[in-house]
Amino acid sequence: MSEPRRTAPLGVLIGAAGSVQNAILPAAAAAFSTGIGGSGLWIGLAVGAAAILIGTAFSYIGWRRLTFTIGEADIRVESGVLSRTARSVPYERIQDVSLEAGPVQRLLGLVAVKFETGAGGGEDIALQYLTAAEGEELRRLVRERRDEEAAAAADPANPAQTGAPAADEGDVVFAMGPGRLVTFGLFEFSLAVFAVLGGLLQYVDNVTDIDVWNVDLWRGWLEEQGTAVASLGPYAQAAGALAGLIGLIVIGTVTGVVRTVLRDWAFTLTRSARGFRRQRGLLTRTDVVMPVHRVQGLVIGTGLVRYRFGWRSLSFVSLAQDAGNASHVVAPFARMEEIAPIAAQAGFRLPGAATAWQRASPRQRTDKAVRDAAPFLLAAIPTALLAPPGLFLLPLGLAVLAVGANLYAWEFRRWALDAGQVYASDGFLSPKQVIATRLKLHSVEIAQGPLARLRGYATVHLGLAGGNFAIAGVPLAEARRLRASVLDTIAATDYSRLDGLPRDQPLSGAQSGFSANRLAT
Amino acid sequence: MHGRAVLRHQGTMDRASPLPPADTHDEDGELTRLHPNYAHALRVRTTLSAIPLLVGALVLEAISREEGLLPQGMIAGPVLLIALALIIRIPATRYNARGYQLGTDRLRVVRGLLFRSDTVVPFGRVQHIDVDQGPLDRFFGIATLTLHTAGNHNASVALPGLGEPLAREMRETIRAHIRRETM
Repeated sequence: MSEPRRTAPLGVLIGAAGSVQNAILPAAAAAFSTGIGGSGLWIGLAVGAAAILIGTAFSYIGWRRLTFTIGEADIRVESGVLSRTARSVPYERIQDVSLEAGPVQRLLGLVAVKFETGAGGGEDIALQYLTAAEGEELRRLVRERRDEEAAAAADPANPAQTGAPAADEGDVVFAMGPGRLVTFGLFEFSLAVFAVLGGLLQYVDNVTDIDVWNVDLWRGWLEEQGTAVASLGPYAQAAGALAGLIGLIVIGTVTGVVRTVLRDWAFTLTRSARGFRRQRGLLTRTDVVMPVHRVQGLVIGTGLVRYRFGWRSLSFVSLAQDAGNASHVVAPFARMEEIAPIAAQAGFRLPGAATAWQRASPRQRTDKAVRDAAPFLLAAIPTALLAPPGLFLLPLGLAVLAVGANLYAWEFRRWALDAGQVYASDGFLSPKQVIATRLKLHSVEIAQGPLARLRGYATVHLGLAGGNFAIAGVPLAEARRLRASVLDTIAATDYSRLDGLPRDQPLSGAQSGFSANRLAT
Repeated sequence: MHGRAVLRHQGTMDRASPLPPADTHDEDGELTRLHPNYAHALRVRTTLSAIPLLVGALVLEAISREEGLLPQGMIAGPVLLIALALIIRIPATRYNARGYQLGTDRLRVVRGLLFRSDTVVPFGRVQHIDVDQGPLDRFFGIATLTLHTAGNHNASVALPGLGEPLAREMRETIRAHIRRETM
């Protein structure tokens, strides 16, 4: 196993396919610039063929020159055609091994293997294109190596260790069938398709002779249609408007469903001895593993409408992240009853009846209400003076609305502290909850603006690895107490060994929470 | 459970008594002031940043004199006065607003005039430590100690204006603490 290996040769094909894509533009440019009729076409084809050939050659050389070695303590990847790069990642630093396959790759039975180290950005090692079997094998191997290292210091009471160590197939904790997926899609209403259409329109404008942005063209068309519409009578007009609205809703809903199905098809979350494993996707299938002890916190989110129907989402905050710097979603669309067991398995307690919630400072509520209403009030003055009478009621009404919304929202802004965790909840239309283990916080900051200092409240920022956690409007004395208790928890536990040597982490961090949770339930 | 009870108890106490004003001498203990040279360094820095403004004001002054728009000194005078006031006042207030507190297992950094921030970093959470010295810092014999943590917020907590030997000493203290906990 320790000799240098190459990635799958079929990967060269994907590189070649990519070069075809890249060849289209220069080929078209060559063809058009030399005149499309006659010789131009042949020149274009020749340029395209040359581009494809060069791309394929580069892809082949790149494949020849990339080797990886599964060493005793690390994975080494050597790559580069002219300048060689050798990168080594110790097993203990690998947070996550994820497998990803786009449609073409799946057709060829290949996967991209990514070793996430939490180094951020493009610093992670990726092996582009192993066969699916090799990818699985490599992942199993990396995990075994990593756990062998950890095993030396392993706690015998650790359930993760006592469980069947080689068993990769865990229990399914959460899965979404097609029915659930469609329901989810209905709530993912999106008009993004119109942005795409706008882009297409621009493209049409550039490529064809139709000047899309010519106002006269549209005015002429609209007048033509307008007279037609006007002749229909009021009922038909209303019906037309209604039909347009319904069309908009249908398009938005279909877009939502399609996007959701593409992203979350056959969503399964399994819990094995190694941690959580999430597989999803229709065309691009991703397979991510999240070790339990790496989970720093939970975020339970929801949406404006889906909240009314009792749907929520659960994400794990950790150093490894989904695309676009988002936390790993482990249950995108679930009931609270389904989320609770996942949270429990991750070693977190959800807030319950016994949770002693603390509200934000009423002074902060007043200040925030005043601050939010002030722009509307200011706008009301010139409106009252200049605009037709009665119109000033509009900004005034908005001001009242802002005050009302703030007063109501305050009821939902709260936080709590218990023996091991910090909870915060905010938002009244779509409440969002953040839960973090006190032990896994990295710093505590009490921040105060000038107004907050005058009125004696503060925002508490908790340093969470992989996410942000801030509690606004905490009375200063409470903020100090919150900070003191969090710091006491950290100081009382010999944590830095867990943090400094990640392989030791499961011993205390997650496990204490886990067993405490077991006791509680 | 115990912790919560304490929290409750203290909470009622606070409601009974008025909230303490935000001050550097709070219940969390006395803050250590930074090296006096830090105030001088801040003053030099403020002066340097005021120079472009002064030059701009002089240019405007010259233009307006040629055009005869305004009486002499109507632009440069106020700008000079404001700059002087800032150079005299601001560094001292900023210096007074800053402070730190080195505990047995944590470092507390307080800063900010209008927007105050009061950060505590436990040594056990420190990933690595920097001691930086710019040219100006070197002249005044001071240094900046930066603690890096793994949290997204406060990924690096900087404490400027320490005496250079003290900064190095603090770095050693914190590092020793990390090593001891790691073993």
